[in-house]
Amino acid sequence: MSIRIYVPKDACAIACGADEVVEAIEAAALARKQPVEIVRTGSRGMLWLEPLVEVATPEGRIAYGPVEEGDVEGLFEAGFLTGATHALRIGKPEEHPFLAKQTRLTFARCGIIDPASYADYVAHGGYKGLERALALGPTEIIEEVKKSGLRGRGGAGFPTAIKWKTVADAQADRKYIVCNADEGDSGTFADRMIMEGDPFQLIEGMTIAGIAVGATKGFVYTRSEYPHAIWAMEKAIEAARAHGMLGVNIAGSQHSFDMEVRMGAGAYVCGEETALLDSLEGGRGTVRAKPPLPAHKGLFQKPTVINNVLSLVAVPHILADGAQKYADFGMGRSRGTMPVQIAGNVKFGGLFETAFGITLGELINDIGGGTASGRPVKAAQVGGPLGAYVPTWQFDLPFDYEAFAAKDALIGHGGIVVFDETADMVKMARFAMEFCSVESCGKCTPCRIGSTRGIEVIDRIVAGERREQNLVVLKDLCQTMKLGSLCALGGFTPYPVLSALTHFPEEFGDTPRRLEAAE
Amino acid sequence: MPHYEPWSEERAQAVIGEFVHLEGPLMPMLHAVQETFGYVPDAVVPMLAERLNVSRAEVHGVVTFYHDFRHEPAGQHVLKLCRAEACQAAGGDALAAHAEHKLGCKLGETTADGRVTVEPIYCLGLCATAPSAMLDGRIVARLNERRLDALISEAQS
Repeated sequence: MSIRIYVPKDACAIACGADEVVEAIEAAALARKQPVEIVRTGSRGMLWLEPLVEVATPEGRIAYGPVEEGDVEGLFEAGFLTGATHALRIGKPEEHPFLAKQTRLTFARCGIIDPASYADYVAHGGYKGLERALALGPTEIIEEVKKSGLRGRGGAGFPTAIKWKTVADAQADRKYIVCNADEGDSGTFADRMIMEGDPFQLIEGMTIAGIAVGATKGFVYTRSEYPHAIWAMEKAIEAARAHGMLGVNIAGSQHSFDMEVRMGAGAYVCGEETALLDSLEGGRGTVRAKPPLPAHKGLFQKPTVINNVLSLVAVPHILADGAQKYADFGMGRSRGTMPVQIAGNVKFGGLFETAFGITLGELINDIGGGTASGRPVKAAQVGGPLGAYVPTWQFDLPFDYEAFAAKDALIGHGGIVVFDETADMVKMARFAMEFCSVESCGKCTPCRIGSTRGIEVIDRIVAGERREQNLVVLKDLCQTMKLGSLCALGGFTPYPVLSALTHFPEEFGDTPRRLEAAE
Repeated sequence: MPHYEPWSEERAQAVIGEFVHLEGPLMPMLHAVQETFGYVPDAVVPMLAERLNVSRAEVHGVVTFYHDFRHEPAGQHVLKLCRAEACQAAGGDALAAHAEHKLGCKLGETTADGRVTVEPIYCLGLCATAPSAMLDGRIVARLNERRLDALISEAQS
């Protein structure tokens, strides 16, 4: 009897040796004349356990991890095909505390299904959202999304339904749905994981958006650093087309919608929505001034919905299970769940989907298990390269758009990068300026030139050159960048810089008192 | 090891021609040119300009805007080391210094024998298993000195 074994095809698992593990399993099974069927899934998100190999047993799936190529022979010897005991045995993955504590809506299927299989997607509740969307019609779809309280998961937190309504009301011969999958923030990988692990969900979300606003064409703009995600998305798009779920008269309705994947070319700023649109059109990724909003004049000057991957993949759930069920999760004006990504110097790094409201400390210490190095945590950068460094004494901060904003920090795309006590905060502040200077599109002077001046000023502070005056200059420069830049690159680079300066003034020199006076 | 074709104008026209039907075809065209020849030769700029009915300056502006597009061929192997924050938090700085020392060239440069180009990359999305690297399109996570040395020897052989 053939035994089914699940091994992730997620880029992280592959980078940890999943492909070699598959080969070793096939060889060991062949040597034993034991027929096995290997299914390549997405990742469960317990990334410190990758490659996480699961075996289908009568009791359910039993997981082993992290499995290296060299462990496979031993696993066979121990009888892992029947779920037997072994040093790497995790047990039932869904009972693992890391998974059991989560509220998985967006990632419910990720790591369980075969991402390339349309049938698997449908068998696990896929396309239920589209079915209901088709029954409701455009106006009711937008009303449902509005009731759910869904806000843009890309970072800005703008209400999704308002964007959709604006595009729906716009008159034009063509409209577009653009998915921002240009996930460039360090410490984030949720978009990548969902595209690799459950790509049909994104197709379904974009299709629903298309029906809601009257758009017939969609683009997924993603990164050249994500070849596995591109491959998985393209496979799924082909399969959806073959099943009549993309193209003319989707699912037998009067609606038509098709989509394609486009690849960026290593420019971080293209994650900014208007720069992304310019790049899609074939130009330099230069930020556009707003207005006009993309909802009025977006891609090729046509009304365009541009949403993050995580916003779009939340939509099928909202439609399938109803807006209220989604809105019941969360706190304040942050409704639903957020796939939080715990990374950097952390023991149990991975993807943790949870309702808004959980504290940063719980995420880093309880769930993440503290640092991988074993040294005390010093700070965490939340929200990517443009996010603030949050010191440990602010770890009671709840994951909520408004609570973070009140502390001069941001959630961004939900990435947390943990640093231990060896982190050099001056170096990190300098890096933020350096990154901005390299990645600036050049449109706004404070970003283009201010970032280079910022590096120089920090260097002078470190060298002890007129330290007090230069600290004032740095704060002033940050203020200019914040107020004088069109997009978040120039506007938010001051967050990591100023947070490092505010919370760790002693590292910028021996004059913390003077710095406080400059506040 | 990636194999690239020698420059040929005819071949370039054919490669570009495959994308003319797309909306906003320039980026896919540039990627295809680089995939074929290993870089974006200057000679392709006027060809693209003519096909798309835009100025050479506009095409040049696009080619030079994006970090991915090479203006000259890279070394035989390309080793990219992630230098973003999550990898820095997990010891990426020391590994980058180690690679520079071993290869005898700085990030962004090619070894004197033309075998290895080593470059920084800003995030491969493998941040929970940092530090990470990419050798000719193959991704590697949980990098340490031993694994990095193995990648370097592989690239040098």
